[in-house]
Amino acid sequence: MPIYRAHVLVCNGTGCSSNHAGAVTAKLKTELERQHLSNEVLVVPTGCHGMCEMGPVVVVYPEGTFYCQVKEDDVPKLVEEHLLKGRPVDALMYKGKETTAVPNYKDIPFYGKQNRIALQNCGYINPENIEEYIARDGYVGLAKALGEMSPQQVIDEVKKSGLRGRGGGGFPTGTKWSFCAASPGPKKYVICNADEGDPGAFMDRSILEGDPHAVLEGMAIGAYAMGADEGYIYCRAEYPLAIVRLHQAINKAEEYGLLGQNILNSGFNFTLHIKEGAGAFVCGEETALMASIEGQRGMPRPRPPFPAVSGLWAKPSNINNVETWANVPQILSKGGDWYASLGTEKSKGTKVFALTGKVKHTGLVEVPMGIKLREIIFDIGGGILNDREFKAVQIGGPSGGCLTKDQLDTPITYESLPPLGAIMGSGGLVVMDEDNCMVDIARFFLEFTQRESCGKCTPCREGTKQMLLLLEKICSGKGEMKDIDLLEELGNMVKNMSLCGLGQTAPNPVLTTLRYFRHEYEAHIKEHRCPAGACQALLSYTIVQTACKKCGLCAKNCPVQCIPGGRTEGYTIDAEKCIKCGTCFTKCPFNAISKG
Amino acid sequence: MSLSAGEMRQKVLEIIAPWKGRRGGLIPILQALQGLMGYVAEPAVKIVSEELKIPMSEIYGVATFYAQFHLTPRGRHIIRVCRGTACHVRGSLKILEAVKEQTGCPENGTTEDLRFSLEPVACLGACGLAPVMLVDSQTFGRLTPEGVSGILAQFV
Repeated sequence: MPIYRAHVLVCNGTGCSSNHAGAVTAKLKTELERQHLSNEVLVVPTGCHGMCEMGPVVVVYPEGTFYCQVKEDDVPKLVEEHLLKGRPVDALMYKGKETTAVPNYKDIPFYGKQNRIALQNCGYINPENIEEYIARDGYVGLAKALGEMSPQQVIDEVKKSGLRGRGGGGFPTGTKWSFCAASPGPKKYVICNADEGDPGAFMDRSILEGDPHAVLEGMAIGAYAMGADEGYIYCRAEYPLAIVRLHQAINKAEEYGLLGQNILNSGFNFTLHIKEGAGAFVCGEETALMASIEGQRGMPRPRPPFPAVSGLWAKPSNINNVETWANVPQILSKGGDWYASLGTEKSKGTKVFALTGKVKHTGLVEVPMGIKLREIIFDIGGGILNDREFKAVQIGGPSGGCLTKDQLDTPITYESLPPLGAIMGSGGLVVMDEDNCMVDIARFFLEFTQRESCGKCTPCREGTKQMLLLLEKICSGKGEMKDIDLLEELGNMVKNMSLCGLGQTAPNPVLTTLRYFRHEYEAHIKEHRCPAGACQALLSYTIVQTACKKCGLCAKNCPVQCIPGGRTEGYTIDAEKCIKCGTCFTKCPFNAISKG
Repeated sequence: MSLSAGEMRQKVLEIIAPWKGRRGGLIPILQALQGLMGYVAEPAVKIVSEELKIPMSEIYGVATFYAQFHLTPRGRHIIRVCRGTACHVRGSLKILEAVKEQTGCPENGTTEDLRFSLEPVACLGACGLAPVMLVDSQTFGRLTPEGVSGILAQFV
């Protein structure tokens, strides 16, 4: 194996790839060739580094120098200065608040508070090279389980770790495994739910793309513990790169004797298949997911019987999501006690969040359970974009709730969120500022869940539809006060009576915004006004004559020519003709147009 | 791709072959059919129905349940505008409107000249670059309504 004096890691995750990381990687290779460094420096394409906002990300080892927003044209300088002459390039480094360059990524606040377990290899290894995974203690957990432990001991170790379902349910993983293990029968299945459908969530995709073997190893360990010999990974077709990486990983693992027949000479057999999802949010629900694997419409069914008793093809089955499986190998190799030492009393370990919306540093963060929202948004995320005012954070995707600044100091655990009306969910955190209207956000989420409702049970099918109509009525300024009561009543009905998790959680965004932002609903209804200035139907634009410099830019850009006037007499907006597109508002260089 | 009836039958039979006598094949078969022709065409479905003894109604039920399947021909270029939460709060609705205006293409529809199909999607998972759209397999991020026409012009 050739030895290299330096490794250049280039993030090739979806975020950085969209920012032309592929071209940067190619240019690095040609430049190294040109400088005769190809034998000394190795370029490694890696999975997601997490800091998607600053992509493409390039890290040079052994120093760990972190370069961000690297463009193809920056590459010759980077190669010549850093890799040839040994002088790191300050201009390409991350700049903190003091605008001084931060050379090492560990000193960047975004990474400072993180503790990466599920993401430990994402951004550090080439996900297409199984040997790099093995070099980072990969498959040690599986070897330990098969070589030294009985299936019951494996389950006990997972129970000891306190790991709970990271897909959002939060059910204790070890207990779930013990149910499936206790079910009789020679044929059982383990399934990986990789149908990450929450808008604004991409942690599972990053794990699949950046460290696919962690998921395979976790599943093999689970299969051994529960007595299954076959498994399925149900992955969204919208994640083509993840599917390619999974296929490669399975083939390699089989070649190395880590999957397939007689794994590590232990007599244990485990075969894995990949199923591509076909685009239905409800398939994230486990009974719907199994129906979809069977080739049917993905509709949930009532439980019991639980999948642990009668699941896929009516055989005992166990489903965990990507992040849950990815934690398992390390629990086995480092021990359940080690994992349980992280987090809080009842919520152990770490959780990956996708931090997005109006925050300075969007990206993936993995933090210990019990961390406060404030720490994630302001310390790690760097605060609100353009230094606007924080208004709310939506936690848990369309099934979660909107929390306000009063809850910023709540520790995030499985127990702390439900009393506030939210749930942990799969880990989406969407930050909103004063320009976001909470009624519009509630309408937005309900539009999504209503569209994705499979239609099987009436409360969800009809209830979400009626709730959406009410919200649209309020957003258009035609709402009545009794609509608020009706929304609450319908919301509670849908929540209590729906068949599956989709319906049971769909009203959460509406109910939490009603709880914390009722005044915004009332402003829409009573004053026909959208306080955030987001609901188009309720907007009106006027020119503040004292600030107007009569430049005429607004009139020139107005698409419906509704701003009559001239350079001498000034301009006014004809409210009758105005289509409220906001062009004048964005074009005015003097902030002389008011919106409200 | 235009195929003669004979060619199509041959290709469809090849797609079905590995699934004869096995369960769970319907969705992968429909995915392969769509990969072959760009949409799930009725004549192809008839062959699947006859060969695998699955009623047409059941196939129709599955094909219409999932967002991925299309029963009518689609444009040469597929525009997917992300309507996820992160993109929404950063103004993706205006992007969608700009695309509709530029192309004249309705949501979930196709232009008459078959140049574009437009599909709003729930999340493309590139939230760091919001607002985002995907044209064919190319991702465009940090969009502005003004920038849309320049991007679309690249796709003829």
